[in-house]
Amino acid sequence: MASAPLNTRAGKRKKKRFYLVLTSLTVLALAVGLVLSALEDSISLYLDPTDLIERNIPQGQHVRLGGLVAEDSFTKADDGLTYHFDITDGANTVTVVYKGALPDLFREGQGVVVEGAQGDAGIFIASEVLAKHDENYMPKEVIDSLKKRGLYKQAEEESL
Amino acid sequence: MIVEIGHYALILACCLSLIQGTFPLYGATKNHGRLMAIASPAAYGQFFFAAIAFGALMYAFITSDFSVANVARNSHTLKPMLYKISAVWGNHEGSILFWTLILSLYGAMVAFFGRKLPKTLHARVLAIQALVGLGFYLFLLLTSNPFARIYPFPMEGNGLNPLLQDPGLAFHPPLLYMGYVGLSVTFSFAVGALIEGRVDAAWARWVRPWTLLAWCFLTAGITLGSWWAYYELGWGGWWFWDPVENASFMPWLIATALLHSAIVVEKRDTLKSWTILLAIIAFSFSLLGTFIVRSGVLTSVHAFATDPERGVFILMFLFIVIGGSLLLFALRADKLQPGGLFAPISRESMLIVNNLLLTVGAVVVLFGTLYPLLRDALTGDKITVGPPFFNLAFGLLMIPLFLVMGLGPSAHWKRTDLKGLSSRLSFVFIASLMAAGISFYMAGGTEIMAAVWLGLGFWLLLSTLFEWANRIKLFKTGTFKRMVRQPRASLGMSLGHLGMAIVVIGIAGTSFWNSEYQGIMAVGDKASIGGYDLTFKGVDGMIGPNYTAVKATFDVSKEGTQLKPLHPQARVYLTPPMPTTEAAILSSFKGDLFVVIGEANSEKYDTWAVRLYYKPLQSWLWAGVALMVLGGLISLSDRRFRMGNVKRGGKTNVA
Repeated sequence: MASAPLNTRAGKRKKKRFYLVLTSLTVLALAVGLVLSALEDSISLYLDPTDLIERNIPQGQHVRLGGLVAEDSFTKADDGLTYHFDITDGANTVTVVYKGALPDLFREGQGVVVEGAQGDAGIFIASEVLAKHDENYMPKEVIDSLKKRGLYKQAEEESL
Repeated sequence: MIVEIGHYALILACCLSLIQGTFPLYGATKNHGRLMAIASPAAYGQFFFAAIAFGALMYAFITSDFSVANVARNSHTLKPMLYKISAVWGNHEGSILFWTLILSLYGAMVAFFGRKLPKTLHARVLAIQALVGLGFYLFLLLTSNPFARIYPFPMEGNGLNPLLQDPGLAFHPPLLYMGYVGLSVTFSFAVGALIEGRVDAAWARWVRPWTLLAWCFLTAGITLGSWWAYYELGWGGWWFWDPVENASFMPWLIATALLHSAIVVEKRDTLKSWTILLAIIAFSFSLLGTFIVRSGVLTSVHAFATDPERGVFILMFLFIVIGGSLLLFALRADKLQPGGLFAPISRESMLIVNNLLLTVGAVVVLFGTLYPLLRDALTGDKITVGPPFFNLAFGLLMIPLFLVMGLGPSAHWKRTDLKGLSSRLSFVFIASLMAAGISFYMAGGTEIMAAVWLGLGFWLLLSTLFEWANRIKLFKTGTFKRMVRQPRASLGMSLGHLGMAIVVIGIAGTSFWNSEYQGIMAVGDKASIGGYDLTFKGVDGMIGPNYTAVKATFDVSKEGTQLKPLHPQARVYLTPPMPTTEAAILSSFKGDLFVVIGEANSEKYDTWAVRLYYKPLQSWLWAGVALMVLGGLISLSDRRFRMGNVKRGGKTNVA
């Protein structure tokens, strides 16, 4: 006999397994589909100013931009809630505009990561300034990028 | 001197774990009683010495002994005592020592409460527990010695990240670790059973209380962390899908699945190999969580260590533990006798759906957490996977889960009549749709997903209450007697599910109806949010033990009634110098008013940046979790689970 009839014990077990496998596969297929479609829209690239300029990121594409807040670049608009500042990686600088509350640790000369998109006239419009920092008070991506641009000094690490 | 005693005790504990991990294991295969009897005293001894080591480190922190490198890096004389103590586990070395201490505590608990287990299983479980411990002792002694001295030693310590200086976060790691490490017991039981080649209802009854205990701690620990993020980070968010949060959430999902599949093993003697696999995966996730948090592979506020050597050690350790146990599973799983049959529509199959969705959910979270690493390795692009991914992919998986969760408890074991079940529950379903529709309309909702989540919350709430009412035959004579006499495990289940329902409703409220206001306020300015009227009355300076602060005063009133004024603070800590915000929160049944004071906006310090948030039903979320944990604890007190009382029916396995 090639297959057991369905009313025997073994047959029932097979039937049960079949349903199990079927449900598992459906759930899995559903999950994979969801994952792929959701992923497309919600990943954001991390770039430093040099990357942003060199890679010709189109206007409006959602990215994260990281670097140091350039000294003497921070200005506050009259409404008291809109801020302009430059983010630099040493080689290149991008001007950022942001409306909203700044995190506690935001200072000129500090590392920062902002989320947003490139607007008109080369100004980066930030929708969020990330509040989280690790214990070294410097985002890890910023350290990596500064190292890559040869600007990261050991002394700086200790003072931070 | 005391520090050196601690170091020596740690080495002794390490040696004991080696003995406990080898001789009893060999003794169990040879059925040698004396060798197996080594396990219990070794487990007690190991806990004793680990406790001495931990006590010594705590002593160094309390007395601010800065000749110990770890203390100098992480403590400060000006810190309040609570934070000197919590600093012991607030750093890499100390936290691993703490992990190990809890591991040995669980080992001692298994030795004590498991005295009536079959001797071979008892010996094997303790041996596996000790082998896991051995890995951690070696990790401490070889790569992260908490007792290392420095010379010359500094006169003052570096202090602790002020964000971590908070009562909520002082107790968050201990609870979380009790949960993480609690899963080690389930793991040891699973591996022990694989070696024995035997899993039955009695085994499930031994394992369930440990899973439940770990689950309760994990639930409480995760929520305490979330609560801390909510009030301390000052943004009113309570879940960020941050890698570290995910690291604790994945084992929770698997532990929840395990909790349910163990019921099937106990009641119906089936799903055995799946349950064993879940037990292995659950502990693997908690090791992975430790790895993610401790190695600093993913950027996060919690990433203490950025030392690749340690990362390599943990990676090897993970490989041995997870790879080894999965290999054992592959070799031995077919030895487990398959048990009872069930129909496609039955309580068993609904629990399988629960297990599938929870496991797939954990895999989705894992994927989103590790995808940036994968992408970095493949293309060199640095990316982040944002909350929209998790909210969509994970959220959609939870919709069928909550639907089935309402049906499951009302379904029968083995086979249930779908028609009968749906006709019994159809009015509950319609009632929850109506409740969701009405509240959606009254609250002025716009997004359709808000209505869906509200509906799921009400469905869960009402179907849980309905099942409970049916079980105790509410409104018939003797209701009260039945209510009191029902098994605590069933009561615990009802409370747990009810808690989840309240959490879901809370999440819907706070995610879809929150409002915020950001602006510059001068003294005397007024603002309104969420039905509250606030008046900014000005700021005062204040000096804390190790910080200075600006303390603002806001008069609050609601519909003309004056309430207690709120005092948000902006603090600047002295060591290390760092500003933090202390939000002022007015919680009520309907929602939270959340006030944050920012920076002065003028030279004269008379206008200030202010953020106001209104978070509807936020307190439901915390209350719901509390109910879930309460349900877990009540279940745990069920007399069927008392370790000594469980006997293997008939076929005793006496050595």
